[in-house]
Amino acid sequence: MTEALKQDERLNGQRDVLDEGVLPEALLPEEVADKEVERRTVEIDSHALNFGPQHPSAHGVLRLVLEMEGEVVARAVPHIGLLHRGTEKLIEYKTYPKALPYFDRLDYASPMCEEHAFALATEKLLGIQAPDRARWIRVIFAEITRILNHILNLTAMGLDCGAVTPALWGYEEREKLLEFHEAVSGARFHANYFRPGGVARDMPAGMEEKIAAWAEEFPNWIDDLEGLLTENRIWKQRTVGIGVFTSEQALAWGWSGPCLRGSGVPWDLRRSQPYDNYDKVDFEIPVARHGDCYDRYLVRVAEMRESVKIIKQGLAQIKPGPIKVQDPKFSPPPRAEMKRSMEALIHHFKLFTESYHVPPGATYTAVETPKGEFGVYLVADGTNRPYRCKIRPTGFAHLQAIDELSRRGMLADAVAIIGSLDLVFGEVDR
Amino acid sequence: MADQSTASVPAGRSSSYPSYLAFTLSTSLPGIASAAIEGGELVVRADRERLIPLMMLLRDDPRFRFEQLMDLCGVDFPQRPERFDVVYNLLSVSLNQRVRVIVTTDELTPVASVHQIWPCATWWERECYDMYGVLFSGQPDLRRILSDYGFEGHPLRKDFPLTGYTEVRYDPERRQIVREPVTLTQDFRDFDFVSPWEGVLTLPGDERAHELRQIMKKLN
Repeated sequence: MTEALKQDERLNGQRDVLDEGVLPEALLPEEVADKEVERRTVEIDSHALNFGPQHPSAHGVLRLVLEMEGEVVARAVPHIGLLHRGTEKLIEYKTYPKALPYFDRLDYASPMCEEHAFALATEKLLGIQAPDRARWIRVIFAEITRILNHILNLTAMGLDCGAVTPALWGYEEREKLLEFHEAVSGARFHANYFRPGGVARDMPAGMEEKIAAWAEEFPNWIDDLEGLLTENRIWKQRTVGIGVFTSEQALAWGWSGPCLRGSGVPWDLRRSQPYDNYDKVDFEIPVARHGDCYDRYLVRVAEMRESVKIIKQGLAQIKPGPIKVQDPKFSPPPRAEMKRSMEALIHHFKLFTESYHVPPGATYTAVETPKGEFGVYLVADGTNRPYRCKIRPTGFAHLQAIDELSRRGMLADAVAIIGSLDLVFGEVDR
Repeated sequence: MADQSTASVPAGRSSSYPSYLAFTLSTSLPGIASAAIEGGELVVRADRERLIPLMMLLRDDPRFRFEQLMDLCGVDFPQRPERFDVVYNLLSVSLNQRVRVIVTTDELTPVASVHQIWPCATWWERECYDMYGVLFSGQPDLRRILSDYGFEGHPLRKDFPLTGYTEVRYDPERRQIVREPVTLTQDFRDFDFVSPWEGVLTLPGDERAHELRQIMKKLN
């Protein structure tokens, strides 16, 4: 009898729970659920959540429509194009040198690397090659830009996951690098420095020593950053095993750069299809195995160390010499000469109004930007303007996989994943 | 936890392999109009109808192994009967090769979608549709991607004006966004540079003589 009474009490207790709607029906034992006369259904509502376009963790103007089941992401639909400025169309109406500054404005976190792709593509169609010193300057500044980009990405990703200190430290370090940008080009971000046929102007006196001094002390900063994040318990909880992509998936989705290497594919255009002077430097290519957000972080940290190595080797091998093609048809004459020589004045005028005509042809030229493969498909028709300039952005392919990456993950994981993909919308939207 | 060892990255490219690929491609499949090295890059011009078998071959055959579709884009040549080029840039990570596959189409004829071969093709095809109006058959998600919600027209076509047709502004009186036809405060300036540097000068009023000279040139 006591046994039966206890049973009854327990059922009563459960009924109270059910009446208050605390437990969903599916969790109740069958006999209890069946005994209920009045049935109530408690639904875990699936609802759509607008993530962005003004969300700070969206890294720009990403509008991500998340279909949530509770706190689990069922589907992620990115809406892009909010920063679409019609760059490709505008380039079709500009001469080749005038098209170049648009590339700074694509991926504004790594401006010089983008210019590099366009400069190389134009050089290829023109059949010219930049002189040795210009190629070294480009290598050094492409690596400085790579570090700039990785500092921003890693610290911003830390910020997304709740680590504020790396961002504060990172901005100080970026400032030093932006001063190098400013010293050579006159602008901190929109540099317009790499030109078809070389670079805009030579480095100012003492620049090499300044960069060398910075390269000596920068690895300490990487150590500090790693001290904050790499073994940090919270950081690892937020990133290890989150957003896993296998190497097969990464290849099929068109990934490149640190994201592809984070998934275990040893591939780097600087090594496999070297351009400029990358075949003359010795560096290693970090490859990780698991393909999660943490591995992508580790690859980027290791890449910064390799970039410092490349910069040091570049500074050791660079020699004085011309910094642009010594052909007045392609590069403007020095200012002083322009004041004295009629011919130089004519060349200057022609270059800055009409510019040069590029022989008909097409090329797909790609460089390894900090984010991955950035390509330019350039079609020339013999006039002074590109017939078609298709820009192959890196983040476009990465962002497309976000549905696959964040599915069945938590909402907070989607933030970590976006951070680890290193998206910049100037480039994705063009 | 992550293995930071440097695995072997394929370095350098053998120069003879692309020409071998070009030869193999031009002889192995019926759907290939031409396969050649153009400016040091392997370019394949293919039949639109036989695109899918060609792409399958390029991805799966051990001689090619183009695992990655890096880029897909359109190019517009309005003077041609089939005005659009659809350009596929493929990359083989394992063999360190690139190939460019080009098919042509017009506004109405769809190109077979390759999204089942490379899942990343979906967005590239959407972009090509958005910018050029090229249709892709078998693509379940052929929506606009880069242009604004409710946009009309295909902006990268050569007959689409640079300034577009409508402009958007915020109207503070009506407190909403309004779309209006574009008004230019100064005329659109577009210079024709096709002559001077090379020395083929046609003066204004001299067009007829210039035409005659061109005809004479052709006859000679």
